[in-house]
Amino acid sequence: MKIAIASGKGGTGKTTLSTNLADLCAERKDFPGIILADMDVEEPNSGLFIQREVQKEIIRNKMIPQWDKDLCSNCGVCDSICRFNSLLKLGKTILVMPELCHSCYACSELCPENALPMQMQKMGRQTIFNTDSFIFIESRLDVGQEQAVPLIAQSIEYIDSKYPKDFLVLLDSPPGSSCPVIEAAKNSDFVILVTEPTPFGLHDLKMAVNTMREIKKDFAVVINRFGIGNDAVIRYCSDEKIDIIAKLPDKREIAELYSKGKLVHRDVPEFGKELKKVAKYLKRLSDRRNNQ
Amino acid sequence: MRIAFTTKGKDWDSQMDPRFGRTDYIFLYDDESEETLIEDNTAIQNAAHGAGPQTAKKLFDLSPDILITGNGPGGNAAEVLKKSELKIYIGAGNMTVKEAYSAFKEGRLDAN
Repeated sequence: MKIAIASGKGGTGKTTLSTNLADLCAERKDFPGIILADMDVEEPNSGLFIQREVQKEIIRNKMIPQWDKDLCSNCGVCDSICRFNSLLKLGKTILVMPELCHSCYACSELCPENALPMQMQKMGRQTIFNTDSFIFIESRLDVGQEQAVPLIAQSIEYIDSKYPKDFLVLLDSPPGSSCPVIEAAKNSDFVILVTEPTPFGLHDLKMAVNTMREIKKDFAVVINRFGIGNDAVIRYCSDEKIDIIAKLPDKREIAELYSKGKLVHRDVPEFGKELKKVAKYLKRLSDRRNNQ
Repeated sequence: MRIAFTTKGKDWDSQMDPRFGRTDYIFLYDDESEETLIEDNTAIQNAAHGAGPQTAKKLFDLSPDILITGNGPGGNAAEVLKKSELKIYIGAGNMTVKEAYSAFKEGRLDAN
């Protein structure tokens, strides 16, 4: 079962929840195996909280067209076909902008002269780590690369092909509500939206909720730093009939442990108690899916 | 000399558009023939990606000598414009077209 841990707003606690939850679930043994995969490929940080040992590193490439000016007849089909404007006909030259390319192959396939063969370009890497209790996978985009989606897609494909379906896979997803988080969410069975009980948290939660409804994904909410702000998030969830799985408390101790790169669920009992609710919720979710 | 402005409207009294890629109009003035030509760029608002290079391509095809704009083109658009001989002046984002033209004439705009 794959769970995307997402949020609208950044900094609400996706990584705190993901890392602590992976550790707790491994301890509880509700699932035959646990995988924590950091899909926030532009700034992966789950690894900071995990004692780990590299098992395998995979270079990830994407395909971009390369213009062959000797074959080109200057017809301009490529320019008119590209939805992302990543390829322009300028007089007698074709200019390719690799950063805008989504590797859709349209220009390459439709070029009547085969003057745009696709070529490999390195975009990042995926590293598989062993920890004492679970498998940790980090995907990291190279500096200067702008497209997170192809790396997220390839990383999830790898997990799907290598590990049993009854493992619990937690995807620590990118923030926001645009393409990268959609890529992580659409390939998951369920989404946990982490928010904070503030006007900013609520505003971005609503965008994330709309996104999940648009792509028809089941989801529920975890409130982090419960105790600050106001009760507007709770009222919103109740009006919209959205499950609130847990309310992780706001405590200075948690921030202190976090700043030292430590997990908190064992040392802060109030946090551990709420986190257990999330673990149990996932177990129930999985049982229900298996019975269907 | 042909001068292009990024504008929000079609007249000399219109506001300049500080944005390059997503400018509403390209206002083209030929100071020898004193002719103006307006290129409608409003359809670019529908482009989710690559607005900069797309507008740059339009400008490349119009091939003016000078571009006067607000913030200046971004990386990809600049890459496209490098292929032309165009000289770019920025900092006219809060002016009207007329004011931007005088500022350029008097050498008060920065070259990009």
